Parts: sequence; structure tokens; C-alpha cells
Amino acid sequence: MDKIFEKPESIREKETHYCPGCGHGIVHRVICEVVDDLGIREKLIGIAPVGCAVIAYDYWNFDVTEAAHGRVPAVATGIKRSLPDRIVFGYQGDGDLGAIGTAEIIHAANRGENITIIFVNNTVYGMTGGQMAPTTLLKQKTATTPAGREQKMHGFPLKVCELLSVLPGVVYAERVTAHSPQNILKAKKAIKKAFENQIKGLGFSIVEVLSPCPTYLGLSPQDAVKWVGEELTKEYPLKIFKDIT
Amino acid sequence: MAKVKIDPEKCKGCGLCILYCPKGHIKQSKALNKKGAYPVGMTEKYDCSGCSFCAIICPDLCITIDK
Repeated sequence: MDKIFEKPESIREKETHYCPGCGHGIVHRVICEVVDDLGIREKLIGIAPVGCAVIAYDYWNFDVTEAAHGRVPAVATGIKRSLPDRIVFGYQGDGDLGAIGTAEIIHAANRGENITIIFVNNTVYGMTGGQMAPTTLLKQKTATTPAGREQKMHGFPLKVCELLSVLPGVVYAERVTAHSPQNILKAKKAIKKAFENQIKGLGFSIVEVLSPCPTYLGLSPQDAVKWVGEELTKEYPLKIFKDIT
Repeated sequence: MAKVKIDPEKCKGCGLCILYCPKGHIKQSKALNKKGAYPVGMTEKYDCSGCSFCAIICPDLCITIDK
């Protein structure tokens, strides 16, 4: 019998600590599939963020280091500059990349560092209890916006791909989603391209993955993926914002 | 026909595979696993085409498919 689907080599057997229906598990696996396809596991260095994915190094079967909150692009810059033959990627959430790490991501992108960033946007701070993140939608209820996010009080949702795509250092910026099998296959294609850009030495690539957080959206896992597909993609359109590769 | 293997002890019972199985051949179990979740399993007589949608959406890598 032929295997149609099995565990990628780059992911460990260990069970994840993520909640049922969490998108992180899917994105972890997709990255590992791409790493196996490209055969770069032995020269890959990942950087785990602070947030729900903080112990991603327990699940990935390649070299991974940890960065202080939001400082993934800075650590990735250091590693890539000192070891230019390695493939370096950063894995960040919306609180990590869009709030405390905004300065780091903008400057790393603007310098055109030859790194790959995978940005998982689930619109809340999952690790600390579902507080509002910069990417939370207007009127969305979270632990710190019990009546819904208001523009006058909390500002607008931050659109990272749109923001970064205008910088000359960025070669590739795409937004994808992990809410359905078809979209996960598209996400895999985008992540593969982001890694290939780095292998070719083209410059900074970012892939934003919209991901469900059923626990803090207050929805069942099935309703959460539907919400991502129907509501979240209205505010965050799925497209290639920049591709000058 | 493809053969689907689901690890009932790894499964957290999120049910995303049930939502996306085009043939509706995955069901939630009525018995708890060691984790305290209701794992999914295949229906008694299933006819799988091997589209892999269940395995692609599974966040916990519980599903392997052979053909």
C-alpha cells in the first residue's frame, strides 16, 4: 500500500499543548512539509516566538532557538548574518509581531534581510487569556474588550502585510488562511515560495496565515474555522500583496 | 479504496475532519479517550477516495492514509 498522507519527518511525535482545533498545529505541520520537500532540514534554524507557540521547539525536529517577545526578526537577522549558509525562519503570532515586535519587523523588512517570517494571525492573545491584539477586528469581543473593540478607544485592526508590502526591502508578502484543506494547500505553496526566495538570496519574505483560535473566539472548533473563512477574510483579504521575485 | 487510520489517543476531538470529509464518513465517538476528549473514528462501512482533506485539516496529526 502506498502512503497518501503521513507525518512529515521534520515534526516530532510529541503531542502539542494546543487547544482542540487550534491553527498552530496545522501551520507547524505545513512548515515541516515544506522543509521536507525542499530538503533543508539539516541547515534550517527556526526562531520560536513568545505566545502560544513559545515551545514550538519541542515539536519541530530541526534546530530552533527562542527569542524575547517580539524580537524574532532581530534574532533571525543576527543568525542569518553570522551563518549566511543556513536557512533562517521566524515564526510569530499577532501579539508578538504586531504589538511588541512592530519596530523589529518593520526594520528587518526595511533592511531587506534575507529571512523568512511566518506570521500566524488569530486576532487574540491566546497564551495570556484572550486579550485584544492589534489585529482584533472592530466589534470583536475579547477579555479586554468585553463590549467589542471600538475604533475611538482601541484604534483600527493592524494590517501587517499591507504595511510591509510598501517597503522596498520586502520581496514577497502574501496572506493565506488555514481554515480549510483547500486553503491550507495554498498556504503551503506560499510558505514554500517564501523559503525558496531565501534559498535564492532574494530578500525578506513574509507569509501571514489567518488561523482559528476557538478557545478565545468563544466558538466551537467547527464554528471557528467558518468564522475565519467568512468574517476574518473580509477584513484581511487573501492575496499576494507583493511579489518582485 | 483508501484506508484511513485515526489515532484515538492523540485525537483532541475538535471535529474539523468531520466538517470537511466530503463523504461524511467520519464520526465522533461516544466514549472518552485518556485525554478526556471524544475522539473521532471512521464509520463502520466507509468508502474513502483518499482526498486527504481530514488529514490536511487535522491540527494534531492523528490521521494517516494508505491506498
